[in-house]
Amino acid sequence: MLFLLILLFSVVVQFFLPWWSLALVCFAVAFWKARYGGQAFLAGFGAIGLAWLGMALFWHLVTDGLLSNRVAAMLTVNSPWILLVVTVVIGGVVGGLSALSGYLVRRLWV
Amino acid sequence: MKWIKAILAVSLTLLVIYGLNRTYGVIPALGPFLSPYEGFWRSGADDGFESEELTLEGLQAPVQVRFDSLRVPHIFAQNDHDLYYAQGYLTAKDRLWQMEFMTHAAAGRLSEIIGERTLEMDRYQRRIGMVVSAKKSLARMQADPQSRAVMEAYTAGVNAYIAQLSPHEYPFEYKLLHYKPEPWTTLKIALLLKMLAYDMTGYSDDLRMTNNLRKYGPEITQDLFPDYPFHEEPIVPLGSKPDFTPLPIPPTPADFMAAAAAHTLERQKPENLGSNNWAVTGAKTANGYPLLASDPHLNLSLPSIWHVVQLHAPGINTYGVIIPGAPGVGIGFNERIAWGMTNVGADVLDWYQIQFKDNKQQQYWHDNQWKPVRRVVEKINVKGGQTILDTVLYTHHGPVAYLPHEKAFRAGSTPIGHALRWIAHDPQNELRTLILVNRAADYQQFRNALTTWAAPAFNFVYADSQNIAIVSNGQFPLKWPEQGKFLLDGSNPAHDWQGWIPMEQVPQVLNPERGFVSSANQTPVSPQDYPYYLGASFAGYERSARINQRLSAMTQATPDSFRLMQTDNYSFVPQNVLPTLLKLVNQDSLTGTQKKAYQLLVSWDYRFNPDKMAPSLFENWWQTLARAIWSDDFPPETYKAPARDRLVQMIQQVPRSRWYDDVNTPDKETLPMLVNATFKEVADSLGVGGEKWLWGNARDSYIRHMAQLPGFEHQLFTGGSANSINALNGSHGPSWRMVVQMGPQIQAWGVYPGGQSGNPASRFYDNLLNDWQTGKLHQLLFLKSAADRPSATSVTWTFKKN
Repeated sequence: MLFLLILLFSVVVQFFLPWWSLALVCFAVAFWKARYGGQAFLAGFGAIGLAWLGMALFWHLVTDGLLSNRVAAMLTVNSPWILLVVTVVIGGVVGGLSALSGYLVRRLWV
Repeated sequence: MKWIKAILAVSLTLLVIYGLNRTYGVIPALGPFLSPYEGFWRSGADDGFESEELTLEGLQAPVQVRFDSLRVPHIFAQNDHDLYYAQGYLTAKDRLWQMEFMTHAAAGRLSEIIGERTLEMDRYQRRIGMVVSAKKSLARMQADPQSRAVMEAYTAGVNAYIAQLSPHEYPFEYKLLHYKPEPWTTLKIALLLKMLAYDMTGYSDDLRMTNNLRKYGPEITQDLFPDYPFHEEPIVPLGSKPDFTPLPIPPTPADFMAAAAAHTLERQKPENLGSNNWAVTGAKTANGYPLLASDPHLNLSLPSIWHVVQLHAPGINTYGVIIPGAPGVGIGFNERIAWGMTNVGADVLDWYQIQFKDNKQQQYWHDNQWKPVRRVVEKINVKGGQTILDTVLYTHHGPVAYLPHEKAFRAGSTPIGHALRWIAHDPQNELRTLILVNRAADYQQFRNALTTWAAPAFNFVYADSQNIAIVSNGQFPLKWPEQGKFLLDGSNPAHDWQGWIPMEQVPQVLNPERGFVSSANQTPVSPQDYPYYLGASFAGYERSARINQRLSAMTQATPDSFRLMQTDNYSFVPQNVLPTLLKLVNQDSLTGTQKKAYQLLVSWDYRFNPDKMAPSLFENWWQTLARAIWSDDFPPETYKAPARDRLVQMIQQVPRSRWYDDVNTPDKETLPMLVNATFKEVADSLGVGGEKWLWGNARDSYIRHMAQLPGFEHQLFTGGSANSINALNGSHGPSWRMVVQMGPQIQAWGVYPGGQSGNPASRFYDNLLNDWQTGKLHQLLFLKSAADRPSATSVTWTFKKN
């Protein structure tokens, strides 16, 4: 549930707001719904990771990887797939940390 | 405990977000850059390009834009304002980052977006007075109501595009460097024109030539650096006498020898900076109307240097290429005429030795008195917050770009600097020339339009359905012979520039008897046929000789004959020098592999074809030999070595010259010794050969991203050489190949190494690169009206006024 809510809200929000808005979503949804710290982190990591994976993969395929190949070469990782993993991990970490924060802040009251 | 955990988690989250939201030197801000909702992943979408209607603020009437299969916009407007507005909008759509980046580079503002690594580049732009002169030019252009209206409409169009962009739509490079576009201004248009002058004329050898003069004296310097080369085919055919009364030439002052000087900032003129253009009369063509070709050679980069456009409004219908960010068409054609440009290469940049009164540098000596130095403080903002202040000193000559304490040598204890006198500092209205040329209907109108084109001076080739012409046009200082070949005396008024060659007296040819006109940056006119001194170091004659050889022989020419010529890889350099060199090689002393290399050269046809090994071998050998001969006498850091042409002459005519000896060794080297040693060295390095020695690979030619981003370059596999008509040399080469067939139905073909889009994720970023490499041209769709051939385009945008 937590996972799905983060996924849904973060995707909607990111279409309109800067990338870091995802942290606000994770924080708020975890504040509201999370029951354990581990659950919050995993849900945040997984949902944002998936939201970023899906979108990045979509654009990669739609553009035939024209740009992702070049960026991968520029960042010396040389494969767009590694770039994709890096993208997912970075998005995931921010999502996980902010969800965990939301849960821990909530715990101050209950 | 709860509190500590919560605070820790929140702080860590904020820290991570902050850390991901900023750049570190060359590392992009990974958060926004990698986010697939706003970052680079999303930069790709140029599919789904379809017809639509856009409502734009500031239009006066509806505009129709038809995109052809190369995604060239054909703009149909009902008035000039809307025409240039739409051009600005559409250029920004394709090239926003590039236009802004070029103007930042021109204005010395790269450090704002890149950081400290470009600080010295920025400082140099400020020192040579780029912004100051762009502002002066802008004032001049704005004084002309038509130019002003064009610039303002174009600027409004660019800004209309910028205003509707949201951050996820910013071009890729903004995301990478983590900044956002700023509003376009008319000053940026002036900066682009100055940048063009800088690329074409911002070079000099004056410091190095002065060092030569000091080391070897006037006689040897004159012998090795003649004012008119040994081989030449001037643009104005020999023996064409001028039909004007020349102005008196300023008297040559007494000899002056400046103090020895060196500065790492001196930008040396590349020996083969150049371009080709030519035209033939109807008598030489299959359809009986003139044909014209133009291929400007520039440093090739992606996004492409050129943006292609058709502009149609009442009173104008023109097609061609332009530097993104400037309005109008630069090289192209309209319904009546066609034109193209090559660089003239006249000496329009000089250095004056300035003697300051004292180390405070507040006064300098000129005309027997101390004159005040004007100080301008330049602010360079560096990414990350730092601001660097740089004070530039101005004399009446121009800015003192090289200050005394930055000099390698000093003459006595007098503080000496070098002031720059450069044609780009003199304001003129080059934009007006483009506006009028785009609308010109005959030679008279074309010729009149050129009179406000000051810099960079271009050889403008021209054709209409009856006439061909070429004009070496620009503002040239009226000089005494050799004025500015060396550093000049900044204290002597006789050394100042004393006026201008009248614009109607520039070198020009209209309908010459030989039936063709051509230029390849060679000396415009022989001193015997022209009263004025233009300069002493034009491009070598080899490309022009090949062009003229082929044009003289040409009959029944078709556009395809010109296409083939543009990709001609033949070079006169090996033809002139290789037989002499091969004769000097002692064949008995060669090893097996060396003999093979020798045979390769003996059987070579002097064509620099990509799939041959001989060109690699020759080019390497020739460069190595030239270094062996000159680098001891003229070390390249502080001296200028004689031109290629002069070396060929020496090898052919002077078998025992003092220059062959390497002064750094006790032995007495001779030409045969150097020829044999360098041949063996190069042949051995070639070994058994193989793929990497094929000319297409060995030449190591790349086309790179404009900001030199690694991973964005393409290696080129193509023929040609610096002195072939197909003048690819390193990353420098034909940036736009155009052929125009005149007549009642004008037809044209063209190609450029890249594509219309500046987006590296677009198919239209480099879609023409392969065709350019293989020498193909595309027929250019030149529409008569918005309704002409509706099936020729499938996507139409309609701009509606708000």
